[in-house]
Amino acid sequence: MVKNVDDIIIRTCSRIMVPFLQIFSLYVFAHGHGSPGGGFQGGCIMAASFILLAVAFDIGEAKRRFSEKANALLCCVGVFIYAGAGAVSLLFSSNFLDYSAWRHIIPVGPIMARYYGMVLIELGVEITVMAVMVSIFLDLVTAGDQEAVLEGIDD
Amino acid sequence: MNRLLSLLITALAGLLLLYGAVEFPPWGDPRQPASTHVSPRYIEKTLPETGVPNAVTSVLADYRGYDTMFETSVIFTAGVAVMMLLRRSNGKKR
Amino acid sequence: MIELLITKHGYLFYIALIMIGFYGMMAKNNLMKKLIGMNIFQWSIILYYISIGSKKGGTLPVVLTGQAARAADYINPLPHVLMLTAIVVGVATTGIALALLVILYRKYGTLEEDEIIKAIKQ
Repeated sequence: MVKNVDDIIIRTCSRIMVPFLQIFSLYVFAHGHGSPGGGFQGGCIMAASFILLAVAFDIGEAKRRFSEKANALLCCVGVFIYAGAGAVSLLFSSNFLDYSAWRHIIPVGPIMARYYGMVLIELGVEITVMAVMVSIFLDLVTAGDQEAVLEGIDD
Repeated sequence: MNRLLSLLITALAGLLLLYGAVEFPPWGDPRQPASTHVSPRYIEKTLPETGVPNAVTSVLADYRGYDTMFETSVIFTAGVAVMMLLRRSNGKKR
Repeated sequence: MIELLITKHGYLFYIALIMIGFYGMMAKNNLMKKLIGMNIFQWSIILYYISIGSKKGGTLPVVLTGQAARAADYINPLPHVLMLTAIVVGVATTGIALALLVILYRKYGTLEEDEIIKAIKQ
């Protein structure tokens, strides 16, 4: 199904590139307020780092770093953060997704409360996009036979 | 036969689109309808009202945050759908 | 006619791309090529929609100065925002379509459209 090609140049280069890709995705996410960037872009770059690991090495290597259980959990956590950040505004008699109601929790003014609310929901979007892209890629590549790939790990 | 019919339909659709393209506003015109109604308000009010200089992020996350929430749920549903279509377990417990 | 070519030449390229994707969806026999045609169709429409937000002499929609911003100096951010959602929906659609192709190949052993229709009708 997936051949194990042993190539030292590809393995060394991707081993160097993967941590820089992850730091760059966090940088793009954090600078989404002052320059082009944001949640979707950072999530795609972080997913690309895991896909690079799966392409250059074995599929089992990517699964060892990012297990199935953590993947499925992170898919749901992102949507939960987004909807939860909107629902907290309902508790303070404001509109749904009105971030200026967060000023009752964080001691800042109403304008900066909208700023921090936007950071929180962009975090939720990044987590969901990253987890779903890695999940779709691994499902399509192994064609669903999860255990047949995982059996190679214990060697 | 199939290819000839497809080519004919494609050429017809292309000619219709070209006929509609005559009525489009010129390229880069600041007075076109896409840039007039609510978009100047977003650009002018993004720094005083939200404190975020990037107009794209403030429109995406604050002024149109409802659309972004449902779009996040759409990609979550797609991930779940691919899981349901493709994964099959061999019945072994690890 | 000449005015169409000079002031609105951008729209001709987008129409050409849309027609290429449309022809690929209809005329090709292999299901994978149909899927690629659908992808070309989708991305060219997204490209066209983003292009209608450009302004002559405008810059990125990031308001950096402390004074009040004039709307004529910055390009329109609204098409960019709407198309971010459309891009993600396009990726989701492509992922599900590829999963369906994997299931079809597993069941019928081929990806040609006429062979699959013949195998269904039996």
